Amino acid sequence: MNKTAVVPSTSMPPNAKKPMRQRIKEFVIDYKRQWEIQSMILPGIIFMIIFCYIPIYGLTIAFKNYTVIDTLSSAPWVGLDNFKIILSDEYFWDAVVNTLGISFLKLGIGFIIPIILAIMIYELNMGRFKKFVQTISYLPHFLSWIVLGGMLITWFSTSGLFNELLLNLGLISKPSNILLDSGKYWWIATLSDIWKEAGWGTILYLAIMSKIDPTYYEAAKIDGASRLRQIWNITLPNMKSIISLNLILTVSGLLGSNLDQTLVLMNSQNRARAEVINSYVYRMGMTQGDFSYATAVGLGVSIVSVILLVTANKITSKLNDNQSVL
Amino acid sequence: MNRKVVKEDIDSRIFDAVNMVLLVIFMVIILVPLWNVIISSLSSGKALAEGGFIFWSKEFSLENYRAVFNDSSIGQSFLVSISKTFVGVFTHVFFCAMIGYGLSKRYIRGRKLYVAMGVITMFFSGGMIPTYLLIKSLGLLNSFWVYIIPALFSYYDVVILMNFFRNVPDSLEESAKIDGAGDWHIFLKIFIPLSMPAMATIALFNGVGQWNDFMTTKLYITNQALYPLQMKLYEIIVQSQTQSMQNIGGSAVIETTTKGVQLATIVITTLPIVAMYPVLQRYFISGMMMGAVKE
Repeated sequence: MNKTAVVPSTSMPPNAKKPMRQRIKEFVIDYKRQWEIQSMILPGIIFMIIFCYIPIYGLTIAFKNYTVIDTLSSAPWVGLDNFKIILSDEYFWDAVVNTLGISFLKLGIGFIIPIILAIMIYELNMGRFKKFVQTISYLPHFLSWIVLGGMLITWFSTSGLFNELLLNLGLISKPSNILLDSGKYWWIATLSDIWKEAGWGTILYLAIMSKIDPTYYEAAKIDGASRLRQIWNITLPNMKSIISLNLILTVSGLLGSNLDQTLVLMNSQNRARAEVINSYVYRMGMTQGDFSYATAVGLGVSIVSVILLVTANKITSKLNDNQSVL
Repeated sequence: MNRKVVKEDIDSRIFDAVNMVLLVIFMVIILVPLWNVIISSLSSGKALAEGGFIFWSKEFSLENYRAVFNDSSIGQSFLVSISKTFVGVFTHVFFCAMIGYGLSKRYIRGRKLYVAMGVITMFFSGGMIPTYLLIKSLGLLNSFWVYIIPALFSYYDVVILMNFFRNVPDSLEESAKIDGAGDWHIFLKIFIPLSMPAMATIALFNGVGQWNDFMTTKLYITNQALYPLQMKLYEIIVQSQTQSMQNIGGSAVIETTTKGVQLATIVITTLPIVAMYPVLQRYFISGMMMGAVKE
């Protein structure tokens, strides 16, 4: 059967200007004719308007003074007042310092480990062992942060695994609860995140590596290149664009942090070093009910994140011979 | 020349050996803590209080699991977790497939607008507070449906399914249309059965997400009867953390009891994921690749 019955009239060139009224009329006629298929999309459109676009409109409360008795439209406008408060809010800047501290540790260590791990797995010759390593390394990704948080609390407790290990190695003389030590929190947040996600992070790299032409390696072998040289001169250059893409995404996420992780690992002893922007927004909004201020903080941070994304993309595209990876 | 080849061979072997040793260390780092959790959950309160074991417990006991199963609220939470995962996965996959099918037809009116609306949702959102206010005004606070309705849609999954539907030959649809079948009939009877692999991948990822989700409960639910396992576990953790901070040097017995319950709950909460893991593994690599395919 020919599809012309459902295809809108194409006799007119698509760019020809038609009066608005006529265009709407045509749209309505076509929409009715395609009603059956349009009825599958309509629920999605309604969903997006309600659950995505109304909250985006709801961001306007950042510029209002919203209290529990107000509705979104009745709350008075206050302009940039909420944003001015942010600038002098000490607790917010403490949260920024913690967020950046943890993010940079995660960037510095957590970004490189999956790359190295992927190369190591790629270099394995034994198929079975390779499969086994992959199976084990992806497993922690599927644990929830609540489960992992519970495990970490057990491992770091006074009678837990870590104190036991450190005692046996002679590194400490007396066990202590490591999670109550705020000075170690950044490292705990970073290393536990790496433990959970490093293996999972290799998947995309391994997929890219599997597409490298094996003749490159054969040629390099004939030329007498060592294995490390092959990695440096063949494997890594082939991963350049995926690595820069990941780097851009990581940099744009510097101000974001893992709320689940923070909520489960934070306690009254380590709060000073554990409070991050996300958990601060949560605390201001959900616990203290200051909706307008919390929204202003969230919005401000997202705007800075977009700026970071654009900047990172510009810089990496300069490094990549002016080819944007985004 | 000959000597050079031999030397390279040895270098290469050293490389392999070092590589292998490092990977074995990596696996030990992942597996030992997990093993330790399982062993600890099977230990008696006395052994937990003394601590001091890594690979093998000093005294095995099922008391922690008995304590968990005697607590009826954990059974209730298990039920909530199971039902929200099943209902959530089925409705999510169907909803996304329906929209993906519609959008896979290039001839539909308004398609450009729909796609633009969808892409915007991938990059912008109202964030925590405006979403909370919306959920509140919709009357979804403290309702089971807050687990299901806001999780119905993900444009990312819509795109994956849309691309999959595009790969189905047009001739199937055309011949069905000749037989007088409508779009809904073609979607339900031809496209859904053909797209099972793609839908299974999305279902598995979504299922893990639903099972592991905790923020939805934390934000929107205060009624204990609607707590899933993750939230229940969170409560136990917070409780035992507070206790261990109050009891520094105090009564170690209470602390280890909650610790034991915490460990057993961790294992029970993770068990379904581990049981599904072999199936998951078969799908997730293809799933990652599907996501990487551009529209």
